[in-house]
Amino acid sequence: MSHVTGAVLALLALTALWTIQTSILRAAIGLAITSALVSVVVFQMGAPLAAVFELSVCAGLITVVFAATISLTRPLDEAGKARCSVRRKRRFSPLFFVAAAIGALLWASGYALEVAAPAAAAGTATSRDLLWSARRLDLVGQLVILFVGVFGVVVLFKERDEEKAEEVAR
Amino acid sequence: MSAYLLLVPVAAVLFLNLPHFRLATRIALAVAGVVCVAQGLAALLVSEARWASAVPPALDPSRLLAVSFPVDALARVMLLAIALVGLCAVLMARYVREDRECAFRFANLLLLAVAGMNGIVLARDLFTLYVFLEITAVASLVLIVIERGRPAFEGAFKYLVLSAVATSLLLAGLALLLIVSGSTSFEAAAAGLRAAQGSKLGLVAVALVLTGLAIKAGVVPFHGWLPDAYASAPAPTSVLLAGVVTKTTGVYTLVRVVDSVIGYPAHVRHVLLAIGLLSIVGGGLAALGQRDLKRLLAYSSVSQVGYILLGLGAGPGLGVAGAVLHLFNHAVFKSLLFVNATAVERETGERDLQRLGGLQARMPVTGATSILATLSTAGLPPFAGFWSKLLIVVALWRGGHAATAAAAVVLSVLTLAYLLRLQRRVFFGPLAAPLAKASEADRWALAPALLLAAITVGIGLAAPWLFHTFLLPVESIL
Repeated sequence: MSHVTGAVLALLALTALWTIQTSILRAAIGLAITSALVSVVVFQMGAPLAAVFELSVCAGLITVVFAATISLTRPLDEAGKARCSVRRKRRFSPLFFVAAAIGALLWASGYALEVAAPAAAAGTATSRDLLWSARRLDLVGQLVILFVGVFGVVVLFKERDEEKAEEVAR
Repeated sequence: MSAYLLLVPVAAVLFLNLPHFRLATRIALAVAGVVCVAQGLAALLVSEARWASAVPPALDPSRLLAVSFPVDALARVMLLAIALVGLCAVLMARYVREDRECAFRFANLLLLAVAGMNGIVLARDLFTLYVFLEITAVASLVLIVIERGRPAFEGAFKYLVLSAVATSLLLAGLALLLIVSGSTSFEAAAAGLRAAQGSKLGLVAVALVLTGLAIKAGVVPFHGWLPDAYASAPAPTSVLLAGVVTKTTGVYTLVRVVDSVIGYPAHVRHVLLAIGLLSIVGGGLAALGQRDLKRLLAYSSVSQVGYILLGLGAGPGLGVAGAVLHLFNHAVFKSLLFVNATAVERETGERDLQRLGGLQARMPVTGATSILATLSTAGLPPFAGFWSKLLIVVALWRGGHAATAAAAVVLSVLTLAYLLRLQRRVFFGPLAAPLAKASEADRWALAPALLLAAITVGIGLAAPWLFHTFLLPVESIL
């Protein structure tokens, strides 16, 4: 394992930990960065197609989760946020140490995943070729997903703001 | 040239959202309507050769997308259905919405959903298919909750959860297919599956993909989300969802993937026939027990999709041609029934069948078009539904599934039973006292109702011509 890969994996663990925030926005950003780092790791492992797919899927998935969560939940008040934050830290923090311990053990034992990659996935195509030539339509599609997600969030936020304004007026 | 089908709806959304474009809220529905009409005309009038032909380089959108899409007869049928139901949803939005801002949002999301569905129809790669399924899913989700309220959130939540499960299964299946074939294109995946015939990995991949698509199609036993989503969504969204969204994301995708990738091995056909029969019976019996008008229609959708699966299970050729015709017919008559349900709800404030009755005298056009849709759904001649069900039954009979064919015919009685109950409860009998002031819907609701009714009758009367121009090409392709 190179130093770069080690650094990326460490960063991955940190960003994964960051996703258990009480703020939906921060959690969504954390998830996006985690997925992007997973793409980097997969790319380094010699599977550019899988890396592109990971990047594409996370963009779509995050938008769906983000738009849906905002539309289906009510924001916590300050007391609720503090309560939730403590509970989450207590529940999820050990995961970081468990993952780090497993990683250290695997590294120490010299274990390597020897899974045969599919022919096309192990091809020589660069990520640039894959993104801009072979999968340009998917990339445009992902941009449209992001656009739909943002549009949905704007619509739902606008409604919520209008409701709040009406409540204040009353 | 076919890339315009993706770019035009997205360009229309960008145009409507230009900064400081105050006229946008006034013209949004009109723009969406024009895009749908243009797509419908293109699907009807532009030949397959013309779709493939190059346009001058400066105007060629395939340069931007680095891909050109083949538009075969099956794709043309679906593009026409999307355009038609999209137009009806726009007209219904004009009928029910007084708030321009809300209409503006609806028009934008509808255009994005149309772009997503067009992408599904044109895709010839499994991962591209997934990307466009997501576009349609996200746009549909926001369309369901656009008016907010607890029922809408509940419907949207169920839609979200089931859609996410379906997507996960699809992605898992796709990953396995990638391992089997080394590519996600339809041709390579089909070749990989043929080469790996009998392998457990291939079998699991097919099972995962079929299950994911069955959830999207809302067939029994994966139909839990569908009645809530249809019933809780705003009226124009219900028309869009019931008419074409679930048909494109679930049923059409199933037809395309089975035909182009999985093929027709015996075990796949048996599974399709079993799920088809289960859906016809389960959806029909559930529809019989409903009191809510929109929920009854939602369960009716589950039941009718069962017939489409029977056609697909009958195998390539006549069976698939019947399935495709029933897919289009179902988009038309189910949209018509939802348009009429919206008109009834809007004019009376009621959806409960126990409190409705005698509306035929007050709403004669709505009542008459509703009867046409009922007769077509039940498969009575000479309406459109008769021909598609006939093709499916003949294909089943020819394919050696005589018992299934007989069951399909007998179960049409179940369709007739729950739809006649709907007619009796809503339009026939004495007028319920609280509905004394009800009147016929205005032109924005009558226009789509009359258009869809005319298509239902027209397809029925022009079936021989359609068989040669649309269905035989579909059969020859598939």
